[in-house]
Amino acid sequence: MELKANVPDGSLEKKWDRHRFELKLVNPANKRKYRILVVGTGLAGASAAATLAELGYEVEVFCFQDSPRRAHSIAAQGGINAAKNYANDGDSIWRLFYDTVKGGDFRSREANVYRLAQISVHIIDQCVAQGVPFAREYGGQLVTRSFGGTQVARTFYARGQTGQQLLLGAYQAMMRQVGAGKVRLRPRSEMLDLVVVDGRARGLVVRDLVSGELSVALGDAVVLATGGYGNLFYLSTNAKGSNVTAIWRAYKRGAAFGNPCFTQIHPTCIPVSGEYQSKLTLMSESLRNDGRIWVPQRQGDARPPSQIPENERDYYLERMYPSFGNLVPRDIASRAAKKVCDEGRGVGPGGLGVYLDFADAIRRLGENVIRDKYGNLFEMYERITDENPYQAPMRIYPAVHYTMGGLWVDYNLMSTVPGLYVIGEANFSDHGANRLGASALMQGLADGYFILPYTIGDYLARSRFEKIGPDRPEVRQARTDAETRIQRLLSVNGKRSVDSFHRELGRLMWDDCGMSRNEKGLQRALSRIPALREEFWRDVRVLGENEQLNQSLEKAGRVADFLEFGELVCRDALERRESCGGHFREEYQTPEGDPMRDDANLCHVAAWEYAGEDSPPKLNKEPLTFESVHLAQRSYQ
Amino acid sequence: MSWLGRLYDSTIGKKAIMAVTGVILFAFIIGHLAGNLQILIPDGGARIDAYGRFLHESPVLLWGSRLVLLASVFLHILTSVQLALRNRRARPQPYEFREWREASYASRTMMISGPLIALFVVYHLGHFTTGHFHGSFEPLKVHDNMISGLQVWWASAAYVAAMILLGTHVYHGGWSLFQSLGISHPRYTPLLKKGAAVVAVLITLGYVLIPATIWMGLVR
Amino acid sequence: MRLTLHVWRQKGPKDPGRIVTYDMPDVNPDMSFLEALDVLNERLIQRGEDPIAFDHDCREGICGACGMVINGIPHGPRRATTACQLHLRTFKDGDEIWVEPWRARAFPTIKDLVVDRSAFDRIIAAGGFVSVPTGSAPDGNALPVPKKVADLAMDAAQCIGCGACVASCPNGSAMLFVAAKVSHLGLLPQGRPERRDRARKMVEQMDREGFGACTNTGECEAACPKEIRLEFIARMNRDFLRGTFAERPEAE
Repeated sequence: MELKANVPDGSLEKKWDRHRFELKLVNPANKRKYRILVVGTGLAGASAAATLAELGYEVEVFCFQDSPRRAHSIAAQGGINAAKNYANDGDSIWRLFYDTVKGGDFRSREANVYRLAQISVHIIDQCVAQGVPFAREYGGQLVTRSFGGTQVARTFYARGQTGQQLLLGAYQAMMRQVGAGKVRLRPRSEMLDLVVVDGRARGLVVRDLVSGELSVALGDAVVLATGGYGNLFYLSTNAKGSNVTAIWRAYKRGAAFGNPCFTQIHPTCIPVSGEYQSKLTLMSESLRNDGRIWVPQRQGDARPPSQIPENERDYYLERMYPSFGNLVPRDIASRAAKKVCDEGRGVGPGGLGVYLDFADAIRRLGENVIRDKYGNLFEMYERITDENPYQAPMRIYPAVHYTMGGLWVDYNLMSTVPGLYVIGEANFSDHGANRLGASALMQGLADGYFILPYTIGDYLARSRFEKIGPDRPEVRQARTDAETRIQRLLSVNGKRSVDSFHRELGRLMWDDCGMSRNEKGLQRALSRIPALREEFWRDVRVLGENEQLNQSLEKAGRVADFLEFGELVCRDALERRESCGGHFREEYQTPEGDPMRDDANLCHVAAWEYAGEDSPPKLNKEPLTFESVHLAQRSYQ
Repeated sequence: MSWLGRLYDSTIGKKAIMAVTGVILFAFIIGHLAGNLQILIPDGGARIDAYGRFLHESPVLLWGSRLVLLASVFLHILTSVQLALRNRRARPQPYEFREWREASYASRTMMISGPLIALFVVYHLGHFTTGHFHGSFEPLKVHDNMISGLQVWWASAAYVAAMILLGTHVYHGGWSLFQSLGISHPRYTPLLKKGAAVVAVLITLGYVLIPATIWMGLVR
Repeated sequence: MRLTLHVWRQKGPKDPGRIVTYDMPDVNPDMSFLEALDVLNERLIQRGEDPIAFDHDCREGICGACGMVINGIPHGPRRATTACQLHLRTFKDGDEIWVEPWRARAFPTIKDLVVDRSAFDRIIAAGGFVSVPTGSAPDGNALPVPKKVADLAMDAAQCIGCGACVASCPNGSAMLFVAAKVSHLGLLPQGRPERRDRARKMVEQMDREGFGACTNTGECEAACPKEIRLEFIARMNRDFLRGTFAERPEAE
């Protein structure tokens, strides 16, 4: 497989402008003759669908939720970055670009990241115009704050619900096109396979989740905006429905999978409270702006936090990283929390937690200011834990939150299958080995509003499409495959529920391929996952039938894919013999415990290629070259 | 469709019509109360009889207001029935278990208090306007008709019951009409609710005073 | 703790449905209500019975997917809380709990506790947006928005579209949902140009969907997990009435 990144020539600042000029355009009168299929209605999918329809394309949109507005982008709390420099604190496109490349530990594509930083400023304008009620100063100007690991205030926000407001903006723009008849909306529809005809992505096999009916949707290009795969770990901050199926099916039809092992563990989540736990809840890391993280100095100190005097507390992030303190990037904060808990200094049930303390901030700013900034987060914490964070410090622990890996795409966001575009969290994209806070929303919207709508036109304008019908052998085959799989799931009729397998897989992944990884653990996981998968297909119990709303069947299909995909994640983690960003290999660390990158051998994107059911996947490498920034050891000391 | 048709067709338009006709009916209730409280003046009925004659000597005023009232009652009832049918259709299957948190008794029983008040109005018109339901009715003898009519205990009781219903109806309608017409303010709306309660109680007490005092023989 | 659940079971849209009682002898008070249903479903699967279908996704109170009437109140007894964020510690040991789907003609039941809320999407498609194509926006700071206005708009914009307002309303009315969007966009200068048309179009679509009318009972406000206020309904009424009553005639 040849990985052509298609990065345009020229200086970094000029690449995107020049590329836009070089992209072929579709004649406006012809646009309505093209049908584009968009899967997923989060920030990326909804913004792409809206924009494509505005341009004049016929668009068909699919989501598994009952309404497109429920996509998991809605849960993003903290904010969205943009290099507006409204705060006049020295921000610039270059600085946002640099921070993102550095934050991603130099494992992302320079040109993509620079483009992202350039576009960031337009995103804010667009969202404001749509009526996103961003926070404002009394004079009516937009407010920004500094957020998770940056030293400039470039994060725009709408209370603790920025993702919700941005998503509603994109959703409403899309619904406008639904009303205008340009977008056909298919909620409660799950993509089960990709249809590839003559080497190009031409359609989808879709299951109607209410009737169980399988249908084939055909078009001229396919856009996957299906989000991340954090639920591989069972417990994550992702929505329960988030899954890998769409991109995994595309992978098995020929799309390369980029850097699957790059998963982000978010440091500020509410700790697990019991076996029944179904998901973890994130507390926005904006909390780290005013909260101080600490654990007792002494192991096994069981006193309530209020009784631990100041000099017996270890504000470990402030101690270890004096200049960034509590604002170090997510991966560093997460590993530090794991480290102190592994030392036996963790707090709360099971010793898996650290304190996030607002006492100082409340003293300094007053409870009202804190309430104004974080009121809804505090309420959420209290609702879940029954503890009042105004009085006692919060307890937090890291949890799987975001996946930087995803389908490999070129500069045009096209995967290795021509006509298959992948946007948002679903692609491997711009965050390298670690994503900075408030950058996911930026990337999703940049892809959907401002990149894909141009680049997809180039593909359409350069290609000729013959009309294909549902009776093409490739189409029939994809449909039959999906049908067979459903029948197989329903006919096992074993003893164990789908969730029990998912939980076991998640535990295994968390233990051996979680916050820190080593060869032994990864080898163990690689031998246990196939066994678990085999057991799944022998002993899973999926009740009911296909021709009805059957939530067990939906879950079963997704977990079956996770059981295949987990293996690829471990394989990738094993092959990446370095520590970078969210990927920490215990073998590769300095004596002080800092991660060690291997730029000489591993400065590349690992793009895995499916090689059939019985052969191991093939590893392709896209070398990463850095012309504008100097590869430096990431240091936040 | 014309704007008027669109307005009438919409749920909000219908609510606005209910609110406007409600205001008119409310004004009548106040005026009617003020007029009839003259029975309490101990002058053997001179003042209230004069009031009755005054109304009948100015047919433009009398029929003008009767027409406006009739139209309001008609529209108020028509829209409320249409809305109620719509509301009932909106939930074909009831809950097995239902709890109310906010909805006041008054608000939930508007469609009970309303029709009962309408029935009472029919009886009331037959009682004191046309005299059909009155044993010893004499045209234009307002004072005598009221005394003889309300000395019957069950008639008095019906009046008292109807006026309590009227109170609940006016309480909910009184503040809710502002909401329907789009007038709401976090500072004034709570006052409005309290005000509506006070006015409703005063109206009920005012009206109840008449049958109560007559039945107890305090007014003769 | 021990709970007895009386859950509405309905195989499909045509099945009349009925209440089925389940005993949960050993639930943990720190579980969320949905986690309790998860546990129950695991047991039903073990017994070979069809698990209870219910919509859910983010489980952190923001996606608006979950929704069920718990003891006669949408999302259960705790104010400003969605079912996924309702924890069993809200109940007492030995409580009996009734669980039903949203009931409204405009929200037909699909299965068990799952209903079809696509009517809400159609209302948004009718006018719940600002018509601003991608790329045509001025600088974000070009139009100042006073903080108080932005805050009020945000209060309305918090709506998660769960449908609890409809479920709680004695009339099955969707006024609070529609009002939240009409107010959110109508308050901001960016949404002003289309303000009255938006209110008119959205209300007309709402009426077409078969929702009931508002009788100002305030149940929706009490049930709303995001505490969206009744005053927004007044605002919508105002915009709608002006939009219909005082608009200049349009050239057909």
